[in-house]
Amino acid sequence: MNPSFGVFAVFSLLLAIPAVYYLIVGKNLIRILISIELLFKAVTLLIAGAGYFSGRVALVQSLIITLILIEVLVTAIGAGIIIAYYRHSESLDATRLKELKG
Amino acid sequence: MTIALLILLPLLGLWTILASSLLNAAIGLAATSAALTLVLFSIESPLAGVFELSVCAGLITVVFVSAISLTSRYTDQEMAERDSSRRRRFFLLPVLMAAVGAAFWFLGSEPVLPQLAASTAGEVREVIWAIRRLDLVGQILIVLSGVFGIVVLFKSRKECRCGCEAKEQLP
Repeated sequence: MNPSFGVFAVFSLLLAIPAVYYLIVGKNLIRILISIELLFKAVTLLIAGAGYFSGRVALVQSLIITLILIEVLVTAIGAGIIIAYYRHSESLDATRLKELKG
Repeated sequence: MTIALLILLPLLGLWTILASSLLNAAIGLAATSAALTLVLFSIESPLAGVFELSVCAGLITVVFVSAISLTSRYTDQEMAERDSSRRRRFFLLPVLMAAVGAAFWFLGSEPVLPQLAASTAGEVREVIWAIRRLDLVGQILIVLSGVFGIVVLFKSRKECRCGCEAKEQLP
């Protein structure tokens, strides 16, 4: 069976569901960052599928490279913020962020 | 082959979210990246696949493992509380995924994509250097701002002899 763009769209949605679910109910900051990464993967899959089925593979590859670059920086900065918060409060609980003054 | 990889992707995503330890979650994310790489190769996007494998499955996993290693271990009581809370919060997730997947699979209509535009065809290097040149400037700016942000965030505070806090930059 050859997948169509609809199949790619459905599977990218299925990949996004656990990530969004964790963003709603999750508390651990590192896992929240991992969920955001999973969302990036879902978007990458959708863009790649769209490029393949519309015949714009080269354009889509350059966009995916830009997306991956942004993904790395989001991860690095996010990890830095999480570690700084952990040093400050000894906790990775996102619900405790609202206890901060700022 | 591609359809098997596409089925594997949400399963790996589910495993990443439901993994009991943070390290397993990071490994699950790397496995998801590796599966996505194989999908990208199968749909004729090898350059994007190489970036995905080297950067997402490699570098990002290292960043996550480093961040996890800087945290401390759970006590047994915290672990038991966390496990019961996780079971309560996540039992709906696989059901939700199966329901949404089945609904879209059987009821969804096929989206129509626009046809090839001549100006965006060609090789990746042509697109990057000729059509999307401004993206490179954006990428350089993103890298510089990212490096600056990391340097600022990873600054450590060191106690002075006089008792005040002095900032010292990590190497």
